[in-house]
Amino acid sequence: MKTFRIGGVHPAENKLSAACPIKKAALPKQAVFSLYQHIGAPAKPVVAKGDEVKVGTMLADADGFVSAPVFSSVSGKVAKIDAIVDASGYRRPAIFVDVEGDVWEDSIDRSETLVTLKDRPELTAQDIVAKVKAAGVVGMGGATFPCHVKLSPPPGSKAECVVINGVECEPYLTADHRLMLEKPDEILVGVALIMKAVQVSKAYIGIENNKPDAIKLMTEKAAAYPGIEIVPLQVKYPQGGEKQLVQAITGREVPAPPAIPIQVGAVVQNVGTAYAIYEAVMKNKPLLERVITVTGKSVKQPTNFLARIGTPMSQLIEECGGLPEDTGKVIGGGPMMGKALMNLDVPVCKGSSGLLIMNNKEARRGEIQPCIRCAKCVSACPMGLEPYLLATGSALKNWELVEENDITSCIECGSCQFTCPSNRPMLDNIRMGKSTVMAMIRARNAKK
Amino acid sequence: MANKLIVSLSPHVHGHDSVQRNMYGVCLALVPALIASLVFFGVGALIVLATSVLACVFFEWAITKYILRRDKVTIGDGSAILTGILLGFNLPSNLPIWIIIIGALVAIGIGKMTFGGLGCNPFNPALVGRVFLLISFPVQMTTWPVTGQMTTYLDGETAATPLAVMKEAIKANDPSVLEKLPDSLDMLIGQMGGSLGEVSALALLIGLVYMLVRKIITWHIPVSILLTVFVLSGLLHLYNPVYASPVAVLLSGGLMLGACFMATDYVTSPMTAKGQLVYGVAIGVLTVVIRTFGAYPEGMSFAILIMNGFTPLINTYCKPKRFGEVIKK
Repeated sequence: MKTFRIGGVHPAENKLSAACPIKKAALPKQAVFSLYQHIGAPAKPVVAKGDEVKVGTMLADADGFVSAPVFSSVSGKVAKIDAIVDASGYRRPAIFVDVEGDVWEDSIDRSETLVTLKDRPELTAQDIVAKVKAAGVVGMGGATFPCHVKLSPPPGSKAECVVINGVECEPYLTADHRLMLEKPDEILVGVALIMKAVQVSKAYIGIENNKPDAIKLMTEKAAAYPGIEIVPLQVKYPQGGEKQLVQAITGREVPAPPAIPIQVGAVVQNVGTAYAIYEAVMKNKPLLERVITVTGKSVKQPTNFLARIGTPMSQLIEECGGLPEDTGKVIGGGPMMGKALMNLDVPVCKGSSGLLIMNNKEARRGEIQPCIRCAKCVSACPMGLEPYLLATGSALKNWELVEENDITSCIECGSCQFTCPSNRPMLDNIRMGKSTVMAMIRARNAKK
Repeated sequence: MANKLIVSLSPHVHGHDSVQRNMYGVCLALVPALIASLVFFGVGALIVLATSVLACVFFEWAITKYILRRDKVTIGDGSAILTGILLGFNLPSNLPIWIIIIGALVAIGIGKMTFGGLGCNPFNPALVGRVFLLISFPVQMTTWPVTGQMTTYLDGETAATPLAVMKEAIKANDPSVLEKLPDSLDMLIGQMGGSLGEVSALALLIGLVYMLVRKIITWHIPVSILLTVFVLSGLLHLYNPVYASPVAVLLSGGLMLGACFMATDYVTSPMTAKGQLVYGVAIGVLTVVIRTFGAYPEGMSFAILIMNGFTPLINTYCKPKRFGEVIKK
């Protein structure tokens, strides 16, 4: 069974909602659309207060190449353009829409019929990239990098294969798992579209073997799609990291930053993104809803929702049986890389893969003890770094030391802190060191 | 909002490993050797071990509370108990209590707490204590009682250990002296003179397997030490039979205890696999060199302490292989 070469940990999987079919979430009363739902420049509003919008109406357009438009997922009236504290914890501009009815733009094909590439032979690579760009599709695994950028390899680099992430290595989350079980054909057509867009004939879909049902179903279905291979992977975190995934599947190692997977010929996308690409290209449907897992040990009914983007998290929690009494922490995303939310009015964004509710006991970190130099962080680091050194160096503000020791290669997966017997806040320090060093590097490059 | 949310950075889950789990895990791994020491040395072993553990814990408590004046006393983390057991294991079972107490004070006071306590000491505290005693009380530290005297403590019958026999053979340049060595099976089980915890290689190996299975340590240090010693002493033995056979060398003295439990001390050993191999091989070489050519019959403690001193240097030069260093295939 394949897996990545170095490091990694195996947190308790806790996939509580794995057997729960995707359920459509109720429409919210008011939907809130952050203009920062992707990496890059924020979207520019194209509506004003009082405008009538339908499901699929553009609210804000992309501002530059690395940016993505935002669409309304509801019909109604624009209430205001204001700011909210979103899942990132920052105050960000957002468009508020009061919901009235559920009227869709006529251009969107809402039928369930499968459209394959055979039905649309006229589609060219340029068409696909243009449609993906126009639909505002971003990386749905959580990184939210605008999808069309990855589908347009920079000059000088050539894509050789497509690597699709169906790993879902974060504990608790089951959104991608359910999507693979319920929409396998749509995902496979999406993968075929990606292959056509980057002009390669080979695609691999990596799935960890804690999802045998998904591996079986996808393997059966993939037989009908030439060039698509399902690769079962040994369960290990952070296999969903793109560098780890490319290495596990192709054996190639992406060099240190600023190198990206395309340098070894790989284009990496998430299964959720493949589904969104299918809907964007074949159904003309902009990215306006997504699957999100709402889960936690004390949640009454852990559920996978198909939720409209902009739906407040508090509403999803209500639909799962309400916020448990002993809630200590609410996390947007999974427990290893997700962000703790400051309030529950945060809306579902394009990158929201899960909502994890932890009780008071789980939410607290253990008591910090001195580093006993056990070297477990060094063994756990999937990037071959020395987390103990980077964490201490960052805490002492020794930026030269941490830069020399490749702090910028850190993918912030948290394996070091997860494994530390002394409960040291290693990643907190490393993050600070990494961002400081990156800023120093940018400043140096600007001077040149 | 009445019920405030906790906000912290990821990761939000932890593997539930802890300092205590590791320290008590090592203590548990030492239980077979502890039982062996009680079987072979009886009440003497019990008195020495109990004194050593109690004294180490007491000194750590007293120093943190009254000299360092820290609010939190750290004796619960298990590291002082572990130091106490390891120090006791390195002593003859007929050592007077007052000498043991001095050893514990040096181990905890000078070896550990002067540097700031757990995680800060450059040298293995138990070995600092042992070597201090060896240099200060050479006679008491090198007369070992024979096994099987269950009820005697200070006035037991003593005899030469296998290491002393080996040294004698080299000095006399006469391989027939080596015939005085106990047979290999006795040495494996621990039926021979020596410090109370080091005699039974078998019990120590059981402990090693336990630590490897529970992932408390990795194989790199013990295997590299044992392999190096085996190969080097094997070459010496082939060159001249006056040097004992590699099997006898592996089973004698503090080698097994040192390789499995002393050199693998987290704080004083290197951080990377590569570094641990360098460290292990160097300890193996130094041990054989000291045992063969040095003034002392046993070289393990010195070898480990010397390499403890090199650990920061090893950490500087032995880096793990970074992800992506391999150029694309």
